[in-house]
Amino acid sequence: MPLPGVLRVVEADAVVYRRVWKGSAFSSFVTPALFLVAMGLGLGSLVDRGAGAPGFEGLSYVAFLAPGLLVASAMQSGAAQGSFKVMAGMKWDRTYHSVVASPVGTGRLVGGHFIWTAIRMLMVSVIFGGVAAALGAISPVAALALAPVGMLIGLATAAPMTAFTANRENTEALTAVFRFGITPMYLFSGTFFPITQLPEWLQSVATVTPLWHAVELARRIALGHSSALPAWLHVGYLVLLFAVGVVLTQRLFSRRLNV
Amino acid sequence: MQPLVEAADLTKRFGDFTAVDQIGFSVAPGEVFGFLGPNGAGKSSTMRMIGAVSPVTSGRLRVFGLDPAADGRRIRSRLGVVPQDDSLDLELSVEENLYIYGRYYDIPRRQIRARIEELIDFAQLGERRTSRVDPLSGGMKRRLTIARGLINRPDLLLLDEPTTGLDPQARHVLWDRLYRLKQDGVTQIITTHYMDEAEQLCDRLVIMDRGRIVAEGSPRGLIEAHSTREVLEVRFPVGELEPAGPALRQVADRVELLADRALLYTSNADSALAETHRLGLRPESALVRRSTLEDVFLKLTGRTLVD
Repeated sequence: MPLPGVLRVVEADAVVYRRVWKGSAFSSFVTPALFLVAMGLGLGSLVDRGAGAPGFEGLSYVAFLAPGLLVASAMQSGAAQGSFKVMAGMKWDRTYHSVVASPVGTGRLVGGHFIWTAIRMLMVSVIFGGVAAALGAISPVAALALAPVGMLIGLATAAPMTAFTANRENTEALTAVFRFGITPMYLFSGTFFPITQLPEWLQSVATVTPLWHAVELARRIALGHSSALPAWLHVGYLVLLFAVGVVLTQRLFSRRLNV
Repeated sequence: MQPLVEAADLTKRFGDFTAVDQIGFSVAPGEVFGFLGPNGAGKSSTMRMIGAVSPVTSGRLRVFGLDPAADGRRIRSRLGVVPQDDSLDLELSVEENLYIYGRYYDIPRRQIRARIEELIDFAQLGERRTSRVDPLSGGMKRRLTIARGLINRPDLLLLDEPTTGLDPQARHVLWDRLYRLKQDGVTQIITTHYMDEAEQLCDRLVIMDRGRIVAEGSPRGLIEAHSTREVLEVRFPVGELEPAGPALRQVADRVELLADRALLYTSNADSALAETHRLGLRPESALVRRSTLEDVFLKLTGRTLVD
């Protein structure tokens, strides 16, 4: 029964989180509010005077933006959970090494890490949804319905990121991933404008990013807008990314911690 | 009594490099057992295998009579581990570090609370219990790490280089704590490259060099078997040590010429010094002392422990 050990790791993460929750909750509350107000309402007031995107005619920009921004924020949080937190456990504080020396062991450490990540992703998504609903950008029902999508994209980003971080010795490569991977994905995966606005070759790049799938899924849920692909394909793609990330993490953690 | 740890032909390889090379030893309950050797001798690799963290390459290892490959979790639940680099959660308080670790051992919350009281007392961290760990001194962090290793009342405590990096005063405080544990009957395995630490703490030890065990015994027994009762250390001005070598060899049973000084092994260092003077040698300084484990190591390996 491998459950208790996994939950011990989650409990430890929760104890650590208790120390930092104020700052963390504040930023996961304020950041979406700022973005929704500046981009959605401010910039949106200009956008709404235009023709509207193909397929989104008559929709306010903030209503178009909010679902995508929710999952894009979860994607960013997932990337942070899978990088700097892992770097601290592996290398800076070496806390993973002491977990592995206890009965918990490597497998349950990995399990606990991802359960905690899921909880955090759910938290940031629910907070974002609440802010968006309060600003009238989204209906309260849609806000709740989007939380699982936020969790899924968070995990689908965090898991490969964790595997990537597992055998890093410094943050150089991580910085590069954020600069050349996470930030472009944030900007060009359909969050701020439909990818049909992109040049054709970039459109096909955008469709393989996990965020595009999450954005499509989120808009389908919040706006009832039908996407190019069936929903199960979006979900399946994100689940697959997560699963591959977990398997790789398991292998790489064990290679580093059990030598 | 069944030994707590038993190893035969124990080997650890990393690729082509053999870190631990067919060593054998056993540790009895209640004993403080040491691995003494320079950095890179294979001590930490051995500890990690005993700790059921690092898989054995070949040979036989039993901890509490269990095989680490099959029963790693059961072994780890009965061990206390004090790693060289502390690996504490620096963002958390002293108490929280102990609490989290106790939970890893599935100890009920109420029981951990009581245990934390005892351990904070033992580690002399009462005034810092709610402080974050990050700003604590090296000695305090190490005491906390030892306290953390005791949270589950382990049957065996593994200490990897427990005083490396600490100032002399902090070392003595730590030795006192470890001695207390020994009196309470806690079995300990200690790795160290400090011969004074090994002499102070260990009932029995093995000397390791390049992955192999070169000698085994009690500190006193090893010194008696491999060195003389006394040692005369003489220093000469630059360039005069080498030429003095042949003359020095006449006054002692054995002479080691090091870079900066000569060690003369003899049963009576005072008379050896008088003899040195009689031969017309004028050392810059001379020190008479008892043999230590450092001398044993030098004799067995031809090298010094700390370079």
